[in-house]
Amino acid sequence: MRGWLRRDLRAAVCLAYLAGLVLLAVLAPWIAPYSPTAQKGAEALADPSAAHWLGTDDLGRDVLSRLIFGAPASLYASFLAVSIATGIGVPFGLLAGLLGGWVDRIISRLIDTLLSFPGIVLAIGVTGALGVGLTHGMIACGLVFSPTLARLARAQTLVVKNELYVDAARCFGASTGRILLKHILPNAVQPLIVQLTLLLAAALLAEASLSFLGLGVQVPQPSWGAMLARAYTYIDIAPEQMYAPGFAILLTAMAFNGLGESLRDVLDPTMKRR
Amino acid sequence: MNRRWRMLGERLSQVIPVIVLATIIVFGLLQLVPGDPAMTLAGEQATDERIAEIRHLYGFDKPFLVQYGTWLGHAAQGDLSRSLLSGERVVTLIGQSFPHTLTIVVLALLISLLVGVPLGILAAMRAHTRADTAISALSSVGVAIPNFWLAMILVTYFALGLGWLPATGATPLGESVVGSLRHAILPALALAAGGIAELTRQLRSALLEVLSSQYMRTLRAKGLSETAMICKHGLKNVGVNLLTVIGLLFNRLLGATVVVEAVFAIPGMGSLIVRAAINKDFPVVQGVVLSMVLVVVATNLLIDMLYSVLDPRVK
Repeated sequence: MRGWLRRDLRAAVCLAYLAGLVLLAVLAPWIAPYSPTAQKGAEALADPSAAHWLGTDDLGRDVLSRLIFGAPASLYASFLAVSIATGIGVPFGLLAGLLGGWVDRIISRLIDTLLSFPGIVLAIGVTGALGVGLTHGMIACGLVFSPTLARLARAQTLVVKNELYVDAARCFGASTGRILLKHILPNAVQPLIVQLTLLLAAALLAEASLSFLGLGVQVPQPSWGAMLARAYTYIDIAPEQMYAPGFAILLTAMAFNGLGESLRDVLDPTMKRR
Repeated sequence: MNRRWRMLGERLSQVIPVIVLATIIVFGLLQLVPGDPAMTLAGEQATDERIAEIRHLYGFDKPFLVQYGTWLGHAAQGDLSRSLLSGERVVTLIGQSFPHTLTIVVLALLISLLVGVPLGILAAMRAHTRADTAISALSSVGVAIPNFWLAMILVTYFALGLGWLPATGATPLGESVVGSLRHAILPALALAAGGIAELTRQLRSALLEVLSSQYMRTLRAKGLSETAMICKHGLKNVGVNLLTVIGLLFNRLLGATVVVEAVFAIPGMGSLIVRAAINKDFPVVQGVVLSMVLVVVATNLLIDMLYSVLDPRVK
């Protein structure tokens, strides 16, 4: 691990950034200089100063504090969506790959179908049905991401299941569940980890989009997407309000993507570094 | 030609189950509504008559399969019910909105191709040089940038700041081509950032793979220039990869446009579904999702047909 980080500067930078972000999210109440919802009408849309490093928004709330408190919301959203996608997608993919036959045909058709929906459109539809809100939005995203993982888990299972050690386990009378958990999953897990990391970036962007549209985080809870939505309403007066949350989203998504690509270089034997 | 028709038939037999499953998913969205769906859809201050009307409209009192069958029967005849908000026919609403969305998406696809293809070729020809590193850094940004944020930046500088282009709204293509393009160019640029990045990356890696093949070595040994190799032989061999990427990109852009439309207040499919989702106007939500997935399926079918034209090996 340490050797890998020393050789791969990108991975080291991304990991350090993300570790810092997680720390920031956990310690937000102690680090942030103000409450994210404390309003001071007299100081609305103030320029950056010693008291407010990134200025204040239209309600006089400290932008830096809202940015810091937006981190836990965004990270929670990303991890929730990806966990749900894993929980649904991986078992279905493993089963389809291992069992084959009609189970595989049905699951594969379902994967094809779900992948035919433009992701965010289906997510909006599901959120609309469940009711708006961050958790509902991320359940919707998890559902939308699950076929990607299912397809990958299925493909990996097809590769692994004909290995000699799986045959051996079967000969010793191991149950299907045991074969899946003990023999197939561990050997199929590396490409999945790569995909999970990349999906974290997609989930972060999806959360920002849904919150921007008013379907995710609800006022006054801070989130980077919601901050952008707020900034959009007075874009003609104070366009600089959109830079802090925008860069927070961009850098975090780049860090997840960068880490995912670095992981792919070391974990995925089919992807040679070109 | 005969073979091609047979292939179309085969593909259709694979597409039909996907369409059937898609309609089940779209209709099934209603099952996710918590509690009594009729009461939820009718809103908080609904009268008992309104609730009864909605319950009857959807047939919530009947079993799922009966509800689905009735809905599908109507949908197949082009009847997607009416909006719970405005009472307008959903098909009419979609007919008004879709051209705006399609204009932006097609323009974004064209921009992605016009910029992404040359960048991808350049990156492959100059692989592992500074130019390649710069292009790959740019595409990392392009993939990760929230497109609605990019849209806001474009509005600030090119619409509000310089006043070159309108900040909001849309003009139908039939009314004025120039006006329509002027409204579509900023949204399309915001959308295209991700498309350019994706195309550049895919094209670069596909070209590099072709360039390292045996016959390319032969051509190089014959003394063919690097440019001629790429233009005459490389691109021909990555055409299929390019088509695949375009198909995926179209799907992605159709989704992304939903958020970008909100920034430019474009009365397209995105604005339609977002307003409907917030107000629980479910017939409209279902109509938009269904029409989007049908468009994607049809595009994929078209692309599959193009494969057989481009690549004689595809049977």
